[in-house]
Amino acid sequence: MMVDVQKMEQFAENLAAQEEVQGRSLFADARRRFFKNKAAVVSLIVLCCVFAFSMFGHMIAVWPNDEMDWGILGQIAELGAPSIENGHYFGVDELGRDLFARVVQGTQISLMVGIVGALIAVIVGTLYGAIAGYTGGKVDNVMMRIVDILQSIPYMFVLILLLVVFGRSIFMLFVGIGLISWLDMSRIARGQTLTLKNKEFVEAAMATGVKPLTIILRHIVPNLLGVVVVYSTLLVPQMILTESFISFLGLGVQEPNTSWGALIAEGAGTMQYGTLWQLAFPMFFFIISLFSFFFIGDGLRDALDPKDQ
Amino acid sequence: MLSYILRRVAIAIPTLLLLTIISFLLMHAAPGGPFTSERALPPAVLANIEAKYGLNNPIYVQIINYIGGIITDFDFGPSFKYKDRSVNDIIANGFPVTLTYGFLSFAVAVLVGGALGIAAALKQNSWLDYFAVGVSIGAQVLPNFVMAPILVLVFTLWLGWLPGGGWNDGQWNHLILPVIALSTSYMASIARLTRSSMLEVLHTNFIRTAMAKGLPYRVIIFKHALKPALLPVMSYLGPAFVSMITGSVIIDMYFSTGGIGQFYVNSALNRDYAVMMGITILIGGLTILFNLIVDILYAWVDPKIRY
Repeated sequence: MMVDVQKMEQFAENLAAQEEVQGRSLFADARRRFFKNKAAVVSLIVLCCVFAFSMFGHMIAVWPNDEMDWGILGQIAELGAPSIENGHYFGVDELGRDLFARVVQGTQISLMVGIVGALIAVIVGTLYGAIAGYTGGKVDNVMMRIVDILQSIPYMFVLILLLVVFGRSIFMLFVGIGLISWLDMSRIARGQTLTLKNKEFVEAAMATGVKPLTIILRHIVPNLLGVVVVYSTLLVPQMILTESFISFLGLGVQEPNTSWGALIAEGAGTMQYGTLWQLAFPMFFFIISLFSFFFIGDGLRDALDPKDQ
Repeated sequence: MLSYILRRVAIAIPTLLLLTIISFLLMHAAPGGPFTSERALPPAVLANIEAKYGLNNPIYVQIINYIGGIITDFDFGPSFKYKDRSVNDIIANGFPVTLTYGFLSFAVAVLVGGALGIAAALKQNSWLDYFAVGVSIGAQVLPNFVMAPILVLVFTLWLGWLPGGGWNDGQWNHLILPVIALSTSYMASIARLTRSSMLEVLHTNFIRTAMAKGLPYRVIIFKHALKPALLPVMSYLGPAFVSMITGSVIIDMYFSTGGIGQFYVNSALNRDYAVMMGITILIGGLTILFNLIVDILYAWVDPKIRY
């Protein structure tokens, strides 16, 4: 191992001068590592822009999302292209509705599905995994077998069945996505809990007679947060993909609501008439957002998991 | 080994049963029955018809009859919407199509992805490596429903080289776009997995020993490094298979191949529960079977696994 002589000398000087070295918390360390990762920082900025677009986009939009532009309807391929003059910044869709407003709305719904889905996964999965891991023994075995069984079911088909039987609504979509999204999370939480369980602070809590549920909520779950945060940034794009998949088939979000998947499906259905902007804009937002989520997830994992450093 | 296989089978069977029961109960919970129509039948007639099809039995008897029919005769019952077709006919029509391009896509994903990953690991930090890494990052955000329109746009609308849909008895030019659209993201995942596990293996002590004793490079790679490097890839094959079968729904719909996914979505839009249930159970069964095979193969290949 090479020793940086200059650095060592400097340290020695510091010591001699009794200078205090400022301590760094784990979190500050992680933040420093995260902001060093250029791809993650750029992704964070892009994602913030997409969020701002979904929140404030309707203020810039000249047209509402559900109003048809009768002056253009019927000549969409000729007149419907994106233009600043008539206020259709992204052009219009096949029914003459303003695509800018539609993309804003689709972005809102897709992001919401992604975040709510991930949130359900975080809450249910973490608790389930922590309880299974902490209890151990037969209970753990049975609980994890249930996860095994649920995981080997082709859930997309069950999800579609669920949507068809109980009506296609955003609420059902949340329920369906929530039902399957927590499985991976519970495995990860359980694995972490198994290592935490034997730590001294948990033993101390047990010895002083704290109830198991309190130990799980007070001592185990807070220590799982790092892993959970990293995993949930990777979970959001997965939920968005699931929702877009179903909406692409026309089985998910229903009109007048829309989402990225539904918009991409519309654009893909009309692209042979030369209205390419109908495909390009939703796809652009879809792709840059997913990219950002993946890079942020990678960046967070590298930042919070000092193993690889 | 035998006890391990038996134990895996013992988990597989309740899984399949659970799937069947869940879909049956869901179907039962749906409003309206198969004989609900706009012109209401007299109650007595309806009761007679329901008695003929066994719909007046308690639900557990219906489930047992349904499962019994599948096991003894491979009979998934009649369709609710197409009067002249049973679920079996629909499966017999659509399944070979899906299976054809599904198998091809799986082979392409595994072979091309595996080869790309190995090549990238062997020539780390070369242009090939950067290409492989770039492709695998890019393909993460290109799921099949994004790939399919892009491919049709470029190769059908702009270049006019390949047909943008249809099946035509599986003629080769009708196969290319569906196979590429379905396999790309899995190919990328397999390439990434193979690359990282190959790199890991290449840095282990036993490979260094093999190098030190002067074994030919070819022997080191193919005889010593390949097998442990492919183990993590093998455990990915199960999940990849599941999501590929799911993805075939998109391919069937978008390319109008007449595969099973097209029937599935159409029956979902028409509320044809019998067809949906039949396809769900069939695909669930296939998935579970495939996972079982992968697990057993894995246990057989990996000497470290406990069973």
